[in-house]
Amino acid sequence: MAHAYTSGLRVSPRTVVARTRRLPLSGQVVVQVDDRVRPDTVVAETYLPGPVHNVNVANALAIAPEDVPGCMLKQRNDSVEKGELIAESKGIFGLFKSAVRCPERGTVEMVSDVTGQVLIREPSTPVRINAYLDGRITELLPGEGVMVETVGAFIQGIFGIGGEVHAPINQIVQSPDEEVTEEMVDARCAGQIVCGGSMITLDALRKLIRVGASGVVVGGMQYHDIGDLLGYQIGVAVTGGEDIGLTVVVTEGFGRLPMAERTFDLIGSMEGREASMSGATQIRAGVIRPEIIIKTDGFEEPQARSDPAARGLVSGSLVRLIRKPWFGEIATVASLPEQPVRLPTGALARVLEVRRTNGEIVTVPRANVEIVES
Amino acid sequence: MSLPSDIEVILATDCGSTTTKAILIEKRSGAYRLLVRGEAPTTVEAPFEDVTRGVLNAVREVEEQSGRAILDGDRIVSPGAGGRGVDLYVSTSSAGGGLQMMVAGVVKSMTAESAERAALGAGAIVMETLASNDGRLPHERIERIRQLRPDMILLSGGVDGGTKSHVVEMAELISAADPRPRLGSGYDLPVIFAGNTEAGEDVRRILDDRTELSQVENLRPVLEAENLGPARERIHTLFMEHVMAQAPGYRALMAWTHVPIMPTPGAVGRMVRVVADRDGIDVAGVDIGGATTDVFSVFGGAFNRTVSANLGMSYSISNVLTEAGLEAIARWLPFDMTDADLKDRLGNKMIRPTSIPQTMEELIIEQAVAREALRLAFEQHRNFAVTLKGVQQLRTISDTFDQQTGGQTLVDLMNLDLIIGSGGVLSHAPNRSQAALMLVDAFQPVGITNLAVDSIFMMPHLGVLSTVHETAALEVFDRDCLVYLGPCVAPAGRGNAGSHSVTVKARADGVETVCEAVVGELAAIPTGEAEEVVLEVIPSRGFDVGAGRGTPVTRTVRNGPLGVIIDTRGRPLQLPADAAERVEVLKRSYRALEVYPESS
Repeated sequence: MAHAYTSGLRVSPRTVVARTRRLPLSGQVVVQVDDRVRPDTVVAETYLPGPVHNVNVANALAIAPEDVPGCMLKQRNDSVEKGELIAESKGIFGLFKSAVRCPERGTVEMVSDVTGQVLIREPSTPVRINAYLDGRITELLPGEGVMVETVGAFIQGIFGIGGEVHAPINQIVQSPDEEVTEEMVDARCAGQIVCGGSMITLDALRKLIRVGASGVVVGGMQYHDIGDLLGYQIGVAVTGGEDIGLTVVVTEGFGRLPMAERTFDLIGSMEGREASMSGATQIRAGVIRPEIIIKTDGFEEPQARSDPAARGLVSGSLVRLIRKPWFGEIATVASLPEQPVRLPTGALARVLEVRRTNGEIVTVPRANVEIVES
Repeated sequence: MSLPSDIEVILATDCGSTTTKAILIEKRSGAYRLLVRGEAPTTVEAPFEDVTRGVLNAVREVEEQSGRAILDGDRIVSPGAGGRGVDLYVSTSSAGGGLQMMVAGVVKSMTAESAERAALGAGAIVMETLASNDGRLPHERIERIRQLRPDMILLSGGVDGGTKSHVVEMAELISAADPRPRLGSGYDLPVIFAGNTEAGEDVRRILDDRTELSQVENLRPVLEAENLGPARERIHTLFMEHVMAQAPGYRALMAWTHVPIMPTPGAVGRMVRVVADRDGIDVAGVDIGGATTDVFSVFGGAFNRTVSANLGMSYSISNVLTEAGLEAIARWLPFDMTDADLKDRLGNKMIRPTSIPQTMEELIIEQAVAREALRLAFEQHRNFAVTLKGVQQLRTISDTFDQQTGGQTLVDLMNLDLIIGSGGVLSHAPNRSQAALMLVDAFQPVGITNLAVDSIFMMPHLGVLSTVHETAALEVFDRDCLVYLGPCVAPAGRGNAGSHSVTVKARADGVETVCEAVVGELAAIPTGEAEEVVLEVIPSRGFDVGAGRGTPVTRTVRNGPLGVIIDTRGRPLQLPADAAERVEVLKRSYRALEVYPESS
């Protein structure tokens, strides 16, 4: 086999990005195809069924469950107000009646003659989804959502925390190997997506939250700091729902890792422009990577790119080394030996020979490289 | 499908989350043997969204390696004839996350636990267990049911003829939540009712119009007994008819296979049971994957399976760190490392799960994590595989000081005959002694225990094959599936470091080797290449190897490349608190079994 394919993270100055915006339950789509949308434009909405409260009417009235339906003043699907009478016992000669009042406003969902329970469902709550991207609607998914598309720079990270934000880019370091420290963060970071270099300290992250920054994109961070930031450790890489007031995107991995120069330069070239960013990460089947998308002018499709991923891993491909001893380095594939090679661990594995930036040629397992996609 | 006696060539596939593995079995000289194995990426998800693509690719690899034509275009040729095609095709599947279930019962430690056992035994991942006494308010239970999107729900509760209001209440909660299935939107969620038969009519009235309800025999008809078979059977049927039928490409795959597709863990569990039944032994099996670790056991004929859903070697590696703690992992490292560095390395493995260790240091770190993941998974299994709770027991005066109320673990390490390890970190460990020591350190067997690994993760294939051709499954299992590593002798009891613990005499191929082991050591006796070894183990007074303190035991065991492992380090295994001392002890152990090169 002359080539192999290892998917990598995309870093592209101009590409078409499409995202499906789907409601959690079926509802109404409120935009049309070709509508121009901003990241905060509502594109679809629905109503989530309200919480359910159960009322043990049989106990409250001291009656048998099978007698409950006969004592109900409200029936199934009736609307009820908080505090309203919903059931009343017959009493003795019409006297000594017991009554049950409704705990919340809603509708009667069920009256059970087996358990004596009555279920009250609160009114539905509205749920709206926005466009997330600065772009246009390309397709409607009736009752479910829409497809939104834009043309712009697209940067995938390896790990993120927090949900979707949109804000201007603000690169606050001079080089990809510079660390973001607390002193570098000030009020000017408020409402911005801050771009750093190799690392960000926990104190700097906390200060970004304090000053009201929208997000931060950085090469590396310490794994331990996630726990301190969230108050709990992340056991599996399924994120996006964290609510810490800051979205974090890590482009290289955990530890002090200079941001890839291409990524750093691309973000730098977008200084001041508004970006859509998501920290949502899911590293399982159906991979989701955190991302930064910055719209460029016009909607015309960029010219067909030469996609290294489509060509597979070949001699000359640019790869990122993703495991020690050269973790984080970018290298060029020198050759792809056919036969498995014994690694220093004693394991047999298919390998690549890659040329490091210092010219040295080293052998690495194919599993330990990612193709650098553009 | 041909009669079992006419079956000469068998194709079996396992459609895993990431890889589809195919094996070809052929009858040669009257015995079934593994011929070749092929694999290809699973294609359940975009852009392919058709599981059969991955199956065909894996089968093509089998064709190339075996030289046998199996496919005619996109069709598996069957029956086989003239060196072409196969006589039997079977498959298992855990693609798309496997079978995900929610179970509900009335009492958490009784019917809910029985329902959990039924679901786990059928090969499911149990996402949530609800019970009337789980401490949650009804609306919290409804919210939870609504949040989860299981493939099916198993509802149990009440003994036959007992009170029915609690199980009916649980049905009402499920109805109020109006749960939706995970896959597909055009069908109702399957719900199996396996509770008090007298509540069946009420449950049907409540759930019939909102779910695809079916009723089977009560899984706890009386407190004293479980009847899990009917519920498990129905889970398998619904898995095929509803869940699999919704997954991309499975309708076609179901038409190709000669017997129903089984959930992968269900098939592994079946194989463990078949072997335990045939040999009349107690067996524990573990499959450690990237995301989850499954433990299977048969003790005294009782089968149990547990899934530790967030203990694994890649996707879930950071969760092992969270659950075990940094110190627990670091204690297995024979070198110094900062906490931050270790955490970052595990975090990086989590976000790049397919990467592999290139340096010996990285390999040792991963194997340290594996020890902890296996230990935690086995601990969970030990707590779950218990005698029935809530059972009234007849007592005599002699039981006064032995008040057992049910819920005792079935896991008896002294009687455990065989530990089978599978999963990449064990099966593909660069040397077999690493796999053996991971199993010994994690399971901490006592007495005399055979250790083995599943060479190429073939147990799912053989498990589903055993449903139609047990002979073929067992023959391949014995000859090609298991790689015996060597027996482990570990006396129970405590003594002073350096004092005599046990004398082990190992006879193989007419040669006897004797080892006098002192307390606190790990050693191995080389036993050549014989298939079996006769062990005579003579423990010192105060130590037990299965027949009581100080009583010798003679047993014939399976030999392995490591010879006989003698572990007198004590149970529970405790490493010195002092770092330098601990490193010295580890290095001595690793040296004794030649686990890692001296320089590590």
